[in-house]
Amino acid sequence: MKKRYSVKSLEEMPITAISFLTTEGNETGEWRSQRPVLDLEKCNRCGLCWMYCPDNAIRSEESSFQISYKYCKGCGICASECPKGAILIVKEKR
Amino acid sequence: MKKVISGNQSVSHAVLAAKAQVIAAYPITPQSSIVEMLAGFCADGKLQAKFINVESEHSAMAACISASVTGARTFTATSSQGLALMHELLHYASGLRLPIVMANVNRALGSPFNLKADLSDSLSQRDTGWLQFYCESGQEVFDTIIQAYWISEQVLLPAMVNLEGFILSHTYEIVDVPEQREIDHFLPPSLPRDCLDVENPCLFGGTTDFYINFRYKMHEEMQRAKVVCQECDAHFQRAFGRSYGLIQPHRCEDADLILVTAGTLAGTCCVAADQYRERGVKVGVLRVRLFRPFPGEEICCALRNARKVAVIDRDFSPGCGGIFAQEIKSVLQGKDPLPVYEFIAGLGGKDVTDEDIGRVIDQTYQTPEPGGVTWIGLLK
Repeated sequence: MKKRYSVKSLEEMPITAISFLTTEGNETGEWRSQRPVLDLEKCNRCGLCWMYCPDNAIRSEESSFQISYKYCKGCGICASECPKGAILIVKEKR
Repeated sequence: MKKVISGNQSVSHAVLAAKAQVIAAYPITPQSSIVEMLAGFCADGKLQAKFINVESEHSAMAACISASVTGARTFTATSSQGLALMHELLHYASGLRLPIVMANVNRALGSPFNLKADLSDSLSQRDTGWLQFYCESGQEVFDTIIQAYWISEQVLLPAMVNLEGFILSHTYEIVDVPEQREIDHFLPPSLPRDCLDVENPCLFGGTTDFYINFRYKMHEEMQRAKVVCQECDAHFQRAFGRSYGLIQPHRCEDADLILVTAGTLAGTCCVAADQYRERGVKVGVLRVRLFRPFPGEEICCALRNARKVAVIDRDFSPGCGGIFAQEIKSVLQGKDPLPVYEFIAGLGGKDVTDEDIGRVIDQTYQTPEPGGVTWIGLLK
């Protein structure tokens, strides 16, 4: 993963704030203060969490769903939408 | 070719001559006829530009920013409330270092609702990082639009060309529109920016800890823009035989009293100054053409022989005074004490006559010390 800028002096500064990454380079998971944990036993694969996640941080895998902690900001919408109570919100520890 | 056209038509002809590639605008009086004419040029195939109709001035600037990022030569025009609605994105345009050119037809901001000339709309955008020019004639409007593209594409900062609503925008004058090949020679096509590449997507203006450094670089380039404006003006002089400078002094060399103003008020001031000269009163006029970057040194130099200065503002900052007066006092700070008398006149397009200017001159001569702001044309 490229760092956005590694400039050491004003002279080396690019003219505008450009990063040669897409928004995939913004690892918003760093912002999280609480973490959703998915209990696959309770999950019925309805996909509501995947539909409601505002950051596309829930991926649809072949037979289940997976939360990407690289991008999940911990908003908790998935947990409140889950009809099975399969997503538990726990305090983030770093 | 000489044409009899309005100030607004002068803008449209200049944008046609500059071969703008993307135009996005929303109508507002007294600007509308600029983009109406440009839409006509596009429809007739005279101008090979993408004309984008948008639902607001905010979107107009958003469209210009997006187009400019690809390196397209872009244009928009607005006035007053429309410019105020663009405010947020004006910062983005300069922060992304995009050479967008905009014509702003100065109009008073509400309330009360008013359609006429007042410079407070563009001066409220003072700190957005746009170059600001204030014009006095239809010819200067044409020439300044062409110069603005030249300068902006050098310093990579956006430029706003201001002309007063109705007084200049709707007044017909003779404007010499140069041959297209002469304009093409002076203003070659803009180069695409090498950063936008669909194969290698990138993120513009994202979060960065280097914010202060970007702002510093912008300021540094803004300072350099003064030199670039002068270079441009010299090239323009060689190509077309006309130049304007950053400031325009009229009989300032030996003047005891210098009137400082911007835009069309300068013409009336010159008439009044000449009348006083005939009576042996040494009055000069200094018109500030470039407001951002502010030509402080040039102004100090032009005022150096004066004993008194009177600044006449068609704009004001409530609770403080005229905006040009503040800037003039700020650049004179620390120099030989030169009393600055402050006048506010012509707000909301109120007519300012040579007699009004005469009262400014008389009052400045007769008052030993400046004391607060004098408003011209108030009810008794």
